[in-house]
Amino acid sequence: MSTFTKEQMKHIGDLASIALNDEEIDRFLHELDSIAESISQMQDIPTDNVEPTTNPIAIEAYLRPDEAVTPLSQKDAIAGAPVSEAGMFVAPKILGEE
Amino acid sequence: MAKASELVTLTAAQMADKLKKGDISSRELVEAELQTIDSAEPTLQAFLARSSEEALAVADDIDTRRAKGEELPSLAGVPVAVKDMIVTKGIETTAASKILEGWIPPYDATVVTRMKNTGMPILGKTNLDEFAQGSSTENSAFHNTYNPWDITRVPGGSGGGSATSVASFETPLALGTDTGGSIRQPAAFTGTVGVKPTYGRVSRYGAIAMASSMDQIGPCARTVEDAAMLYDVIAGYDDHDSTSIREILPSMTAAALQGKNQDLKGLRVGIIKEATGDGFEEEVKNNFSEGIKLLQNMGANVEEVSFRHFLHGIQVYYVVMPAEVSSNLARYDGMRYGLRVMPPADVPQTAANMMAYTREAGFGAEVKRRIILGTYALSAGKYEEWYGKAQRVRTVMIQDFNKAFKDFDVLVCPTAPTSAFKIGEVEDPATMYRNDIATIPANLAGLPAISIPSGLDHNNLPVGFQILAAQKNDELMFRVASALETAFNKKWGAPLWAQLKTPWLDSLSEE
Repeated sequence: MSTFTKEQMKHIGDLASIALNDEEIDRFLHELDSIAESISQMQDIPTDNVEPTTNPIAIEAYLRPDEAVTPLSQKDAIAGAPVSEAGMFVAPKILGEE
Repeated sequence: MAKASELVTLTAAQMADKLKKGDISSRELVEAELQTIDSAEPTLQAFLARSSEEALAVADDIDTRRAKGEELPSLAGVPVAVKDMIVTKGIETTAASKILEGWIPPYDATVVTRMKNTGMPILGKTNLDEFAQGSSTENSAFHNTYNPWDITRVPGGSGGGSATSVASFETPLALGTDTGGSIRQPAAFTGTVGVKPTYGRVSRYGAIAMASSMDQIGPCARTVEDAAMLYDVIAGYDDHDSTSIREILPSMTAAALQGKNQDLKGLRVGIIKEATGDGFEEEVKNNFSEGIKLLQNMGANVEEVSFRHFLHGIQVYYVVMPAEVSSNLARYDGMRYGLRVMPPADVPQTAANMMAYTREAGFGAEVKRRIILGTYALSAGKYEEWYGKAQRVRTVMIQDFNKAFKDFDVLVCPTAPTSAFKIGEVEDPATMYRNDIATIPANLAGLPAISIPSGLDHNNLPVGFQILAAQKNDELMFRVASALETAFNKKWGAPLWAQLKTPWLDSLSEE
């Protein structure tokens, strides 16, 4: 049985913001099916009343000292930008018609 | 002046000793390593970028300060290489991905700052599977790295570059990152020592994030003592990492030195039954048994222990890891740094389309596969069934380990099911993933684990022996590893790497 459909794979690609091509969609369909099948084996392990682990080492939350430090300068922060202008990141159009 | 080939085959501890005594200078040492890199790289390709000028400048500074009588840390002047998954201010950092090609980080990772404060010259950045995703370094967007024991074979991964650079004497020390075995499996494949510290012992600030609940930076070296010395430099609390453990650490170097006296009387050792059975090559198992005998000779009590869910670790990992990968790699969006690819002319030129085309062009196949899998695992309707379930099974595995560590001081198993495989030999992702079957559980449970060489198979390829300790008991792991390493070396008459053929050292100049 196939876990994934082509439409679903396209949708996941949209969610992940990757413009997958048709060849990739076919390949990932096949590969992810076999991975999904292997993963499904863990469903048999009883986990009633078991808490999920997010951090393997329990650490109590704490506040760092409230001391001023020098952050990255604006110049350094935008130094790696693909496009910048007047100390700002330049982005393609975000709002408006598709 | 010593021959370059004699300098580079010293251990880091020996280099540190000779520097302290004034027998050699840091410049001599760095120049010898740079010569070795020049000679070896055409064959091995362990490095993605070199920082020779910076390394020589640090070496000169340390030599000047030492000449003035300044008290310096042990590893001052001893060179190191850094996996290109760790950011270095002013030195290109790519994670072996096209999406970061050409990126010059504006800051240093905490571990890099600590090595700089120690006065360690950084030789360059080492190759890896793209974003540390792979077990062979074949997923690098730039080139393969070749195993110095047999250049038709992979060096393991993801940290194949760091492991190869250390194994081939291009550097005495290197940093790796280990999310599912990326330090330990390459160590096993290259006959070197690789350490994954307890989760939270080494700051992750500046380690490019892969799967944050498992990522850990650690040392790669040729001896346990050398690995411990580098561990002592990089470990400790850092307020830039919210998962950093706030504790004063004991000296791992002291633990490693203590181990050399080979006294393991009363040590309770558990053999992980599930990691010595089906799927593990006979020679790997035989090799492992040799190590067990040596542990027993040193007074350890060895028993087999069964982990009912050990082999499920790989399934849990292949849900949790891609989920965290898909979230962490969302930042590569073509906006603030890295690659930007605009959509073709017939597609609207919007930010959303730019992101989708940038990520399609910038990520390799394995990274996309994991992002897609992780996005699915976290999507509405699947979250509890996949991600929630995996995180609960992870808890069960941790409970099993906690229980085992009541009866045992350390757990042991082979590091990987096989020795190094041929380049291009493993094509199926699921088969590739199985390589990490014995290393993944330590990451899921946050445990410290080390791989040391335990011999060669009939192809003259190294095999690794893995030792796991309870959380925050890294010093015991170092002591036991050092004892076993000493026993192996006595049995062989020399360290394993004495058997490595190194044609790239033969042509080095005699100064």
